[in-house]
Amino acid sequence: MQAFTTLTSISMPLDRANIDTDAIIPKQFLKSIKRSGFGPNLFDEWRYLDHGEVGMDNSKRPLNKDFVLNNPEYQGAQILLTRENFGCGSSREHAPWALEDYGFRVIIAPSFADIFYNNCFKNGILPIVQSNEVMDKLFAFNGKISIDLDAQTINANNKTYSFEVDAERKRRLMNGLDDIGLTLQYKDDIKAFEKGYFKTYSWL
Amino acid sequence: MAQTLYDKLMSAHVVHEESGTSLIYIDRQLIHEVTSPQAFEGLAIAGRKPWRIDASLAVPDHNVPTTERSSGVSGIEDPISKLQIETLDKNCKTFGINEITMNDVRQGIVHVVGPEQGATLPGMSIVCGDSHTSTHGALGALAFGIGTSEVEHVLATGCLWQSKSKNLKIEVNGALNEYVSAKDVALYIIGKIGTAGGTGYAIEFAGDTIESLSIEGRMTLCNMAIEAGARVGMVAVDDKTIEYVKGRPLAPTNDAWDKAVKYWNTLHSDEGAHFDKVINFDAKDIKSQVTWGTSPEMVISIDGMVPDPTKETDAVKAESIRNALNYIHLKANTPINTVSIDKVFIGSCTNSRIEDLRIAAQVTKGKYIADNIKLALVVPGSGLIKAQAEKEGLDKVFTDAGFEWREAGCSMCLAMNADKLEAGERCASTSNRNFEGRQGQGSFTHLVSPAIAASSAIAGHFSKVK
Repeated sequence: MQAFTTLTSISMPLDRANIDTDAIIPKQFLKSIKRSGFGPNLFDEWRYLDHGEVGMDNSKRPLNKDFVLNNPEYQGAQILLTRENFGCGSSREHAPWALEDYGFRVIIAPSFADIFYNNCFKNGILPIVQSNEVMDKLFAFNGKISIDLDAQTINANNKTYSFEVDAERKRRLMNGLDDIGLTLQYKDDIKAFEKGYFKTYSWL
Repeated sequence: MAQTLYDKLMSAHVVHEESGTSLIYIDRQLIHEVTSPQAFEGLAIAGRKPWRIDASLAVPDHNVPTTERSSGVSGIEDPISKLQIETLDKNCKTFGINEITMNDVRQGIVHVVGPEQGATLPGMSIVCGDSHTSTHGALGALAFGIGTSEVEHVLATGCLWQSKSKNLKIEVNGALNEYVSAKDVALYIIGKIGTAGGTGYAIEFAGDTIESLSIEGRMTLCNMAIEAGARVGMVAVDDKTIEYVKGRPLAPTNDAWDKAVKYWNTLHSDEGAHFDKVINFDAKDIKSQVTWGTSPEMVISIDGMVPDPTKETDAVKAESIRNALNYIHLKANTPINTVSIDKVFIGSCTNSRIEDLRIAAQVTKGKYIADNIKLALVVPGSGLIKAQAEKEGLDKVFTDAGFEWREAGCSMCLAMNADKLEAGERCASTSNRNFEGRQGQGSFTHLVSPAIAASSAIAGHFSKVK
């Protein structure tokens, strides 16, 4: 996993609540057996005017000019601003894969759905929770925003806002650590647990 | 100390604990073709092997065709769907994982197959790369959906890092009104607490209404816990749970059974256990439900009216209502029972079990679908449910009424196979999500119970059972 420490970027304002993972990456793209290449189909149904299918040349498809992703002003944004309950619905990790593949490394919202929030950390994306009041200020600000994970701060418009993040998730994200490798350090603990466990629950 | 059911299930599985996060042991991993290929690829690249092969059970469900499939996987028309199923078959073979393949009579939706086979047992910790894994909590198991990175993690280590959720008890008491089912209870609750109402919580459903539900009904309810934002939905073990599990192919037998039952009978929240939140509902207030918008919380009773955004005081909510009405082509203040439909879908991991098919058939019997219905589909949750329904003659009831009777799979719930809505089509669906484009781009999904899906197919518009 790629590490995350600091980031300075313009932000993209996606001012909508309850954005579900079906909207982030529609089901037809879930047929891929790969982990990459989902970026061009991020928000596919909102982003293009035609119906998207796997294998299409996305550069030739008609764009929905009214959708924020197609606004020239926000091209290159690595920070996504959005509203409550972002990432609700399906557990598809294709959603953070698509966001990351497109170029987003930070998502700031008043709340996230549990599974999506967890999936972000597995893919080098930092989801940040801020109050509605701060969100309104960030939405209103057009310049560059700086994120510092170690300090747990957002700097925007000469103001600093702090954010919470679980210490262990922070450590893993800052160092780009491989979860499985870390867990396998507990191999002996797992084996010892199994011994007692299958004795107690012998029918399993 | 008095413990909740969730606390008991969590603490039974803790391998190691540090700073608020626990490494928990996973008893069962269910696998399907959509969220597993990248996990197997990761294992292969790292040269890792599954930690415990017996822990896993795989079944293809999302992409499988529900029409004739005698020519097997090679006969699947969509080459990308075919590749995904072939990849599952190949991965299970390579890694030695038990798979129920597409043409096996036991094949079906992973959340239907697990309990049906006894692969889901009370007290187990169960994961699957699918948010509707909450379904299995109906049997007093700790079950939740995970992403593909965690699918790989569980395959490689047999464990998962988890921070504890808060405890939420949703208590429903009283007798249900006629034709009101677990689905209506689920939609009603989501309508009241919202799609983020359960975020950060594990929900235990309790109260005499829940106790009166069959295990199938409890599965419908726990299945929808995720639509309220909760990864985990549970019901305490009782005699019905034990009766349901008994004799299943993977259930314990003889002495092992007796020992298991003794433990399973402890799987309930203790008297006086602390819940972070308790919400009460009265069953008599719950009528048959229909969603009107693009989120499961956008729901009204069958005799209700589409809401009016100008009457909503919260600006964000008013905007959501406007967006939803704009997408779904409905006007504010329209009585929902005057809205006509194009297609009907009875199926999905929410409502494709035998009891769902029985009630839909009971409503349908001797009638015929309305002229404006272009397609009415019944897709059983598994091949075994299909066989049972055919034994009871339910297939005949449906086909005589103009429904199509299909093979088992996820089908039109998320339309990854050929079963989908066209743009502009409106569907009464017994599935779990009415998000924009869920059943096909530009299509309109309305979530209902099997009884309402059947009565609406007959009427040609949303209709209560007559």
